[in-house]
Formats: sequence, C-alpha cells, structure tokens
Amino acid sequence: MKRRDVLLASLGILAIWQVAAMVVNRPILPTPIIVLDVFFKELGGELPIHFAASLWRVVAGMLLSVVTAVPAGLAIGGSKRLNRFLSPVIYLLYPIPKVVFVPIVLLFLGIGDLAKIAVIFIILFFQIVVLVRDQAAGLPSQLLQSLRSLGAGRRALFRFVYLPASLPAILTALRQSVGVAVAVLYIAEAFATQKGLGYYIYYSGSNLMNYPAMYAGVLAMSLLGLGLYFTVDWMERKLCPWKYMG
Amino acid sequence: MRRTLKISNMINLHSLTFAYPHSPPLFQKFDWSVKHGEAWAVLGTSGCGKTTLLYLLAGLQHASDGQVLINGTVLTRPRPRTGLILQDYGLLPWATVRENAELGLKVRNFYGADGIHTPQDYRPEQDVTPWLERLGISKFADKYPSQISGGQRQRTAIARTLALQPDMLLMDEPFASLDAVIREDLQLLTLELCGESGITLVIVTHNIEEAAAMGNKILLLGEPPNQQARAFDNPTAGKPGHRESREFHLLCQTLRKELSHETA
Repeated sequence: MKRRDVLLASLGILAIWQVAAMVVNRPILPTPIIVLDVFFKELGGELPIHFAASLWRVVAGMLLSVVTAVPAGLAIGGSKRLNRFLSPVIYLLYPIPKVVFVPIVLLFLGIGDLAKIAVIFIILFFQIVVLVRDQAAGLPSQLLQSLRSLGAGRRALFRFVYLPASLPAILTALRQSVGVAVAVLYIAEAFATQKGLGYYIYYSGSNLMNYPAMYAGVLAMSLLGLGLYFTVDWMERKLCPWKYMG
Repeated sequence: MRRTLKISNMINLHSLTFAYPHSPPLFQKFDWSVKHGEAWAVLGTSGCGKTTLLYLLAGLQHASDGQVLINGTVLTRPRPRTGLILQDYGLLPWATVRENAELGLKVRNFYGADGIHTPQDYRPEQDVTPWLERLGISKFADKYPSQISGGQRQRTAIARTLALQPDMLLMDEPFASLDAVIREDLQLLTLELCGESGITLVIVTHNIEEAAAMGNKILLLGEPPNQQARAFDNPTAGKPGHRESREFHLLCQTLRKELSHETA
C-alpha cells in the first residue's frame, strides 16, 4: 500500500460520509467534521487508554498465535503422516466462524485480558497453521534433497529451509487476519470490560447515545487496523526482500 | 589393509538390487566400480534407473539388497565429502547468490566437525569469494536466484558444492535446461574443476552428446532390471578438440545404436 493511495482513499470515504450525513441529517450519523473534532478532543481524554488496551490485546494474540502455529504448521507440513492425520481436524475446525467461541471463551477464561487475547489467538492460529503447513509441504523436493546432500539433517533443514520458507506465509496469514482480528476484538471487548476500543464504541453508542464519540472510537479502530497492516507490510519488506526483486 | 582399500576404488557396487515399493526392480545383482578421479557419464532413457543410481550413490536412497561402498566404506547415509548437483539447482529463493554459495559451509558450521554431517577434519570456514570468482559469478553475488540466468544459477550450485571440497561430485542432468553454448561452457568448466582437484565425477544424462563429451567412461543403462554394467571407454573426453574428433562422432553413433536397441 502506498501512503498517497491511503490518503486519497481516506479523503474519498470522508467525502461520501459527509454527503451521506447531510442527506440523512440525524444524530445517528454525524458529519465527519463533528466526529474528527470529537476524536481530537478525545485524544486528550480517555481514548488513548482504550486504544492502548486494544492494541495490546491484538498484538499479544498475534504473537501468541505465531509462536504456537508456526512450529505446528512446520511439523504438519514437514511430515506426510502428521499431515494425513491432522489435516482433517484442521479442516473441520477452520471454517467455523470463530466469533461463536467468544461467549465460551469468556465463560472459561473470565473477564480479564486473557479471554480477549485467546479469542484473537484462536482466529489467527488456524490461518497461520494452514498457510505455513502448505508452504512447508510445497517446498520442492529438489531443494530439500540438495540440502540433504550438503549434509543437512533435520535440524539444519529446519533452520535453513523450513523456517525462512515459512516467513512469507506467516506474514500473509497475519495480513489476512488483521481485519478479522480487529473486528472480533470489538465483540470480545463489548462484553465484560471497561477498557478497549470495543468497549468505548459500545458504551458511547448504546449507553451514552454519544454518537460522535462512538464514531471517534470506530475511527480509532480503523486506524489500529491500518497501523497493523502497515507494520506487517514493513516487516515483509524487511524480512523478505527477495519477494520484491524481479 | 585399510590403505589399499582407500587407494583402490571410489565407488564399488556389490550385487546391488534396488526396487521402489510395488515396482519391478531397477537393478538386480548389479556390479560396478569407479576408480578415484575418473569422470563417468551414466546414459540412459527415462525410467532406466539412472537418477535412482545417483541417489543411491548419494546415500539418499538405500539398496534393497547388496552394498554401495564409497571410498571403501559401506554407505548408510549421505556422506559429507560427496557433492550432489541436480537439474533444478536447489537454490534457496530467499537467499542471494553469495548466501546460497555459503549454504553448505553454514550447514557444516551449524553441526561442527562431527564426522556425520561434516568431515572430522573440517575447520570452520565461510569465505566463498574464491569460488564465486572461479565460477565467474562474483558480479552477481548480491542478486537473488530469480534475478539471474539458468546458467548462473547452476554456477552458483556448483560453487556451493565445490566450496565443501568434495572428493566426489554427482550430477543429475545438471545442464539439461540450459542453452547449447552455455551448456558446453559449463560441461568443460566442470571437467576442468574436477580435474584440478582430483574429484571423481558421475554425471547422469539422457543426452548422448553430453555423455560422450564428459565421460572418460560411459555407463549405459537399459530397460530395467539392469543386471550387468555396460561400459564404454572414451579416453579423450575433455581434451581440446574432442568434440570435433572422429572418435567422438563414432562413439555417439555407437551409443545411439545401443540406445535405440533398448527402446525398440
């Protein structure tokens, strides 16, 4: 994504929003000017605390899922037997919309941060396992045989082939999941918490009927997602420079 | 006793039998030997078992029966002094030419001189610059495999293997996907490099001209099961003017006749 394109897109959305707000002309859809005004005022208030709480939960969930799903994906993709065994399990669980787990996770893990992090973890885990597994299973056998002939055993293959080969898959999985993760975060934070953008949006909208503040929260959430997208893009350029050479 | 064994042969196949599961055997009680420093071309049509033979020599496949001896030792796993080069180069797409050339050394440094993955007398080394220069790819050291030509990729694979100072080089159709001129260049360069370091060469090919150009000896494989090694001498291979010589053309004719017998 280019910065200029993002800016143009933002301006486009703001313009449509402005027109829509003027047509609807009700408190439930305030104009972007009002919302931006509230947004910047709230930046001096409680919004940053909620933003930080959400950011922490998403990042923690992402890290946790990478740390667990990458070894799992590599192990499954690297072994035909494991793959035959576990792939049906993954395919049974993968298509379930993970949102349905939110109440269950909240029930088991309580109202703390752990429950929210766990919800994000569940979503990302399957995405990463599947992509990393496919990457590992799809490595050309000539590449592996070449390395074996250079003396590489299991450990060296892991270190020099499987791990670096899985990097793009991890980043792709993260990019694909950022949007879902943020969306589910809203649901997870709408219950049983007093911190986080989800709570902020829900509380401002449903309890206070403060619509401009609610939209300011939505704006913050969108910025959170955008920031994460940019971070993943940046990491990909840093870690996989070979993908950007023709 | 051990000394004489070492001097004798680089490769000894004793009554080798090999079959893939649920398939008829490719080799049956097959005997073959290669002396130190010889350059052999293994010629045959597809399905004759030539690539399998190479994998058996590399220790990546195991005999169903009989023995594979390399340098007097029964082979049970890949041997650190054997270099293997495949048609598809086997380069890491995410690593530069230099990093790819260093890969073998990195694997060795990773294990240390354990005698299994790495020769016991190995001293950690990292510099592949001389090999990049020798193979004429130092200009491309910082490029990725996707940015260079097929010939340059194969040069990188050769540099990576030679940096490990092998005493035997196994090649599986290494130049099959290259243009004729580049192919001939690399054939000569390979023979030159093997000659310089006294490396035993076994190159597998389906190309008659390539076999006749590179092999001082040629092993012809036919319709499986292969039971007897059929070998042809070709003493002038690699010498200047060999490719234009009468011997070369006669040998090509003989080999072509033999091969067409096989397929008929």
